[in-house]
Amino acid sequence: MTKAEAKELKVREKQEVPTDTEQTRPGPVYTPDVDIFESETDITLLADMPGVTTEHMTIDLCDDVLTVTGETETDGEASEEPIVMEYGVGKYYRQFTLSEVIDQAKITAELKDGVLRLVLPKVQKATPRKITVSTG
Amino acid sequence: MIYRRMFGVPTWNVRSPFGELELMRQQVDNFLSRVSEGGMPSLHAGVFPSINLTEDKDHYYIRAELPGISSEELDIQATVNNLSISGERQIATEKDNVRYHRKEREAGKFSRAISLPGDIDPDGVSASLNNGILKVSVPKAEKAKPKQITIN
Repeated sequence: MTKAEAKELKVREKQEVPTDTEQTRPGPVYTPDVDIFESETDITLLADMPGVTTEHMTIDLCDDVLTVTGETETDGEASEEPIVMEYGVGKYYRQFTLSEVIDQAKITAELKDGVLRLVLPKVQKATPRKITVSTG
Repeated sequence: MIYRRMFGVPTWNVRSPFGELELMRQQVDNFLSRVSEGGMPSLHAGVFPSINLTEDKDHYYIRAELPGISSEELDIQATVNNLSISGERQIATEKDNVRYHRKEREAGKFSRAISLPGDIDPDGVSASLNNGILKVSVPKAEKAKPKQITIN
């Protein structure tokens, strides 16, 4: 995006997700904003998960279901008194069903400035086999 | 005119022609009572970024979620009782031959001025940006700090 067409960012309320299972540690769970794009060779997922460190990020791919979970630590010391709280702090959770077959061994994930970049390489297409039916 | 539909069948309530109005009145009442009880999720200034402001004895702390923004793209300025955070979030364009499935992350400029409840020491303001969370520590001005008063 060039400078000229840069628009004003607007506040978007963080989306809280209702979870079907009860959590052991209570607290809000939010949906991270994501970009997903696909190229010839891979699918890339970018997710905004501010406050999540690498050790608290869990990425799981099981039966074509990709689950991204990020735990955040409650920021702030106990001695701090809240004055204005405009956003909530909690877990991030989002699940996707993948339609492509992914090469699980080659998945790479990178976390920088609170943005997760997950590259899911597609399995190389198997060469089509031609089956000849013999008569007889 | 709105007819309430029940099980997909339109129902005309002939006996009470003002039933619909009555229902609307109740809904408005419910809404107003929720607002006055403070049941709204959060009081929002409506300006990006959303901030959490806390204080302790000597400092104010401002936190904001700014994922994908580097410290060079942020500009923080402080005056005696005011702090402004501005910058631009840029999302790098990907290769040309990609097909987007979802595009929820937004890029753009932002600017927010925060007036603090008390006077601050603008020279002592420090900021850090970790994992997409900006934390600004703002020391309170000497005269704005609470004083312990001993009773003789």
